[in-house]
Amino acid sequence: MTFASHYSYWVTIVLMVAGLYIVIARGNLVKKLVGLSIFQTSVYLLYIAPGKLIGGTAPIVAEGFRVYSNPLPHVLILTAIVVGVATLALGLAIVVRVREAYGSIEEDEILAADRDGEGGA
Amino acid sequence: MAVTVFAIVLQRNLFSVVVLAGIYSFLMATVLVALDAVDVAMTEASVGAGISTVLLLGALYLCGGEEAKPMARPWLPLAVAAVIIGALVYGTLGLPAFSDPSAPIHVHVVPRYLNEALKETGVPNVVTAVLASYRGYDTLGEVMVVFTAGAGVIALLRRARKRVDEARQ
Amino acid sequence: MRRFLVLRVVGKLLIPFMLVFAFYVLFHGDFGPGGGFQAGVIAAAVVIFYGLIFGLPAVRRMVPDAIVETMVGLGVLLYAGVGVAGLVFGGNYLDYFVLGSDPVSGQHRGIFWIEMGVAITVSGVMLKIFYMFAGRGRSLEGE
Repeated sequence: MTFASHYSYWVTIVLMVAGLYIVIARGNLVKKLVGLSIFQTSVYLLYIAPGKLIGGTAPIVAEGFRVYSNPLPHVLILTAIVVGVATLALGLAIVVRVREAYGSIEEDEILAADRDGEGGA
Repeated sequence: MAVTVFAIVLQRNLFSVVVLAGIYSFLMATVLVALDAVDVAMTEASVGAGISTVLLLGALYLCGGEEAKPMARPWLPLAVAAVIIGALVYGTLGLPAFSDPSAPIHVHVVPRYLNEALKETGVPNVVTAVLASYRGYDTLGEVMVVFTAGAGVIALLRRARKRVDEARQ
Repeated sequence: MRRFLVLRVVGKLLIPFMLVFAFYVLFHGDFGPGGGFQAGVIAAAVVIFYGLIFGLPAVRRMVPDAIVETMVGLGVLLYAGVGVAGLVFGGNYLDYFVLGSDPVSGQHRGIFWIEMGVAITVSGVMLKIFYMFAGRGRSLEGE
């Protein structure tokens, strides 16, 4: 096992943990959603990188090519991308409603407003 | 791409975060082309750099564009991140090497798809053949997910803001 | 943005080509990269582009809300309908090989219609979400 043979996995891990860090360490809701989408794109890389065969080509059957990259991860990730953008759209709709209800999209301010609301009521 | 992501982590102006996210999506699309995933790259470029950016900008327009000061000493999240990196790197040591033709994913059902797709479906693009014909149920579920997302957004954002304000007063 | 002449002219020149490209990606998805999702997203992006340049009321006149909401449901119905057609013609649900005179042409027909259904739903949903976000209201300065 050399550095080059597992490099793709480590890049994926760096991106994944960066996305996760944004989700857990930043309070702004929109930024959390951006971090979540970064996490999702790193998972796409995790699936597609092992499917590549050096010297192969895209999985479209054509004359003259015999080695193709693996089409199965492509199918799964195609679905995953569209589901990811659906999640992002719903999350942003919820953030817009939260903003209208609480006046802010920072996590600390929202939690404080909830606590004050319970204490006062 | 790692540079872009670190910039996103550190940036506080949300508009620049959105632009950087679009750049990141395009870079990911080019990496996917280099990995021979042309369908996926086209989808990632159009969805990630097009639709996502438009939606994020729309949400920013409705929400305001600056992030508050982050927490002063983020030790716990950094420690969690370091532990996770360690665990994942340890996990990947056992995975097959890059571009190894004898890896398990190349051996079981994929040779059948690659060899039979043209004969059985008449469609040279194996990804479309698998997506639409061999795994058509998954695509049906995914169309339903997209439909549900649209219905959810309609349900959440249907009433105009004016009436929400009047209700609060 | 209505006032910028360059944007308006270039936009009007480019939009037909982009629409044709979306249909090309849809129909040629069998032979090259592409297919339903990409085509739906590109078609939605074309209308969003028009809306960004000419304003929301203009694009709402061009592609009314009723059409967009119909598209959202129509694609799913089309997809499920192809499955039911498989049942009607004697196979299992979502079997394509019974739809034509020989199995391969049946597959062609099945794949064509479901890609169409996917593209219609995806573009309808993306467009509807854009309309909802853009039409929501001014930002909260009078809170």
